[in-house]
Amino acid sequence: MRSPFLLWKNFEALIIIYKTFLYFDSMQEKYSLIIVGAGPAGLTASIYASRYNIPHLLIGSLIGGLATEAYKIENFPTEKEISGLELTQKMKEKAESLGAKIIVDQVVDITRKEKDVFEVKTRSANSFLTETIILCLGTIKRKLNLPQEEKFLGKGISYCATCDGPFFKEKVVAVVGGSDSAAVTALYLSEIAEKVYIIYRREELRAQEAIKEKVIKNEKIEIIYNNNVKELRGDTQLKEIILENKYKNSFSLKIDGLFVEIGGVPPQTIIESLNLETDGQGYIKIKEDGSTSIKGIWAAGDVTTGSNGFRQIITACAEGAIAADSVHRYLINKK
Amino acid sequence: MAKLIFNDQNFEEEVLKSEIPVLVDFWAPWCQPCLMMAPILEELAEDKSLEGKIKIGALNVDENPQTASRFGIMSIPTIIIFQKGIIVDQIIGLQAKENLLARINNIIMNKEVKK
Repeated sequence: MRSPFLLWKNFEALIIIYKTFLYFDSMQEKYSLIIVGAGPAGLTASIYASRYNIPHLLIGSLIGGLATEAYKIENFPTEKEISGLELTQKMKEKAESLGAKIIVDQVVDITRKEKDVFEVKTRSANSFLTETIILCLGTIKRKLNLPQEEKFLGKGISYCATCDGPFFKEKVVAVVGGSDSAAVTALYLSEIAEKVYIIYRREELRAQEAIKEKVIKNEKIEIIYNNNVKELRGDTQLKEIILENKYKNSFSLKIDGLFVEIGGVPPQTIIESLNLETDGQGYIKIKEDGSTSIKGIWAAGDVTTGSNGFRQIITACAEGAIAADSVHRYLINKK
Repeated sequence: MAKLIFNDQNFEEEVLKSEIPVLVDFWAPWCQPCLMMAPILEELAEDKSLEGKIKIGALNVDENPQTASRFGIMSIPTIIIFQKGIIVDQIIGLQAKENLLARINNIIMNKEVKK
């Protein structure tokens, strides 16, 4: 039989472990605000939060977000023209100059811990406590959802023209899509590639007139309207795509690269696990003040239903500012 | 061990002829996801648990087109793990540190099992 002394020792050890656990638990960093996402909306929210003296943390996996991929931005009021990378870098520098604490990491889970406290967990197993949250989750690029799409990723298929465009010097490439991003991507690629096709399912591009005009005038760009990409072909690399129109007539196009620019979709995981109210397409429903269906959580940028669905850098910044202002009002009223 | 720099000149010796597995990050300065990836690889290179088990380094595709085209790099960031000159894993796009660590450990473990 074990002696009572040993049992007591075990008990004492357990207490020490418990106390250590409590100590570390109380050490968990707590903020007034955590901004999730570091694109233009998140960076602007941080700038406003700093100026309101709100102790906050900004967590994002890609500083600058999807905007970093824009090759040329010509409609930001202060800039004649600027790359997305440069513009978002400026926003980051501005946020940091005001004292923003930025962590490069991915938020994987958000749960309510107490009445007015949320716990934010990241992929690197860090967790933080916060009174309020602004979700600036952005969107993920929509894929074609075709067989072999995964296989040809990095073997001819790309979702980031500014990353991968330079690999297609003097080659033949195609851009799928008809939006501003698709048109700007085609213009960028025309500076590198020998020939650029735009493949769009409608009769006319829906890009802004100023961009559309440039695309139509560009001799290297050929637009194929009223067609969808139906099939991807190749051995180890993408070599050919099969297009099909609404009358089911199909034809083949020999290409070296295919750039997919068919818009974005909101990321689902966090939105679903929080059970936030969304529109039919998964965008977070927000009110004029950026508030969501959950008290203490606001949202801004491309992921929301705000700004009349006009998803631009400037509207993302505006939503970020509005959300930060709302958080400020909320925290003051709570005191 | 600090993160290594690979190029067209040292690739054969440092990567393909290496005794231990080698992780190569194909990157370019014009690519923002690549720039976000750099510090993650920096951390992995300093990770004590990987010391002596894998070499970690980067190759600038802009300055070393020969190696980039040899491995058919058409999208960056691309991470390739080589073992005895053979590609044993390839990952495209920005990755979380944990994901890379899992892929590395998978290769290191397999190697140990085979011994």
